Amino acid sequence: MACTADGVATAVRAAAAVVAEHRVELIDLDRAIGDGDHGENLNRGFAAVVAALDSAVPDTPGGVLKLVATTLISKVGGAAGPLYGTAFLRASAKLGPAGELDVPALLEALRAGLEGVQARGKAVGGDATMVDALIPAVSAAEKAAADGGDVAAVLTAAADAADTGAESTVDLVPRKGRASYLGERAVGHLDPGARSSALLLRAFAEAAR
Amino acid sequence: MSVGIVLVSHSAKLAEGLAELAAQMAPDVTIVPAGGLSDGSIGTDYDEVVAATQRADHGDGVVLLYDLGSAQMTAELAVESLADPSAAIVADGPLVEGAIAAAVAAQAGRSRKAVAEAAAAAGIPEDLAPAEATGDGAEIELELRNEVGLHARPAGLLVRTLSAFDADVTVRLGDQEADAHSVLGLMSLGARQGDRIRVRATGPQASAALEKVKELVDGDFGE
Repeated sequence: MACTADGVATAVRAAAAVVAEHRVELIDLDRAIGDGDHGENLNRGFAAVVAALDSAVPDTPGGVLKLVATTLISKVGGAAGPLYGTAFLRASAKLGPAGELDVPALLEALRAGLEGVQARGKAVGGDATMVDALIPAVSAAEKAAADGGDVAAVLTAAADAADTGAESTVDLVPRKGRASYLGERAVGHLDPGARSSALLLRAFAEAAR
Repeated sequence: MSVGIVLVSHSAKLAEGLAELAAQMAPDVTIVPAGGLSDGSIGTDYDEVVAATQRADHGDGVVLLYDLGSAQMTAELAVESLADPSAAIVADGPLVEGAIAAAVAAQAGRSRKAVAEAAAAAGIPEDLAPAEATGDGAEIELELRNEVGLHARPAGLLVRTLSAFDADVTVRLGDQEADAHSVLGLMSLGARQGDRIRVRATGPQASAALEKVKELVDGDFGE
């Protein structure tokens, strides 16, 4: 089973709804160890994405992700803008002009997104960032694909691993971003970026079912 | 023309205030503040940074400085989006000191690489060399009579003026010596009104450079 531009747009709308639903949770997570703007910024960004999709849906999956990227970059304001923006931008570049998103393309896009986040934020695994959700997500997606999973199965595996990966940030000392200023005092807190990454992947997985 | 400078900050006031300060020392350099979000709240606005970078480029490229983490990411993303990303450099230095050092280097007509390096080097504590007892070249002693001494604006003026001469110039106060081509070096001497500084120059235009320094000091740096 592959996914068209409309399918990707539906998944993005679902992600926007999830971000809106979890806005306060993300704000609270970020307030504990950062500046408290993550939920607000991400919600503003995805609301703008939905508004852009309302006026016109690009005709390829890559085009939809590029619209997501440029909108998030322009509207988010905090670190999540350039980080998610770069992830979606690189994913969209991998998809190119193809009219459908199949499993191999999805894997390429997920890998490119992770690489983009790491290139932009210079974080590695164990720094207590969204990277700690995304690295296991990409590995799990690769494994699910190798086992013959379809787009929905691959995304579900990625979302499950991202949840576990995000939870792992509770025990980590943050080494990147605003939370790193707190050092040991941030231990015991779930990283808001890792949480939002897991939420986005879950929304995509649910939409692909 | 000179290299342009963009100041990327989470706060519009911070970027604007710093642009105002740096412009004091580099009147001919285009310094564009890009701070805050368009609705006036705190954050970095990608579109504004891109526009500021385009506005600051008069053909010799642009150096961008940033305040905190995500401002760096926004600046890097903006540079990558340019038609020619090599036309701009995101400098990794302290915002305030880096902006001053970059502005003075740009005013002196340095390349964008040199301007970015000046900004980055501003984060390293100035090496005030212990003054040597003897040395080559000519030396003069001058008394600072202007009100603020070798503070930001006079120091900037001095560095700018000396950039036109083929001469290595140092300024000594007591037992400390600073490179007269570095604003931050001169400022860290802490030379105040009434202090006597010794200015030493070597190189082909050493005596002309000293004469010009004397003119500046005697003219109270135009205060």
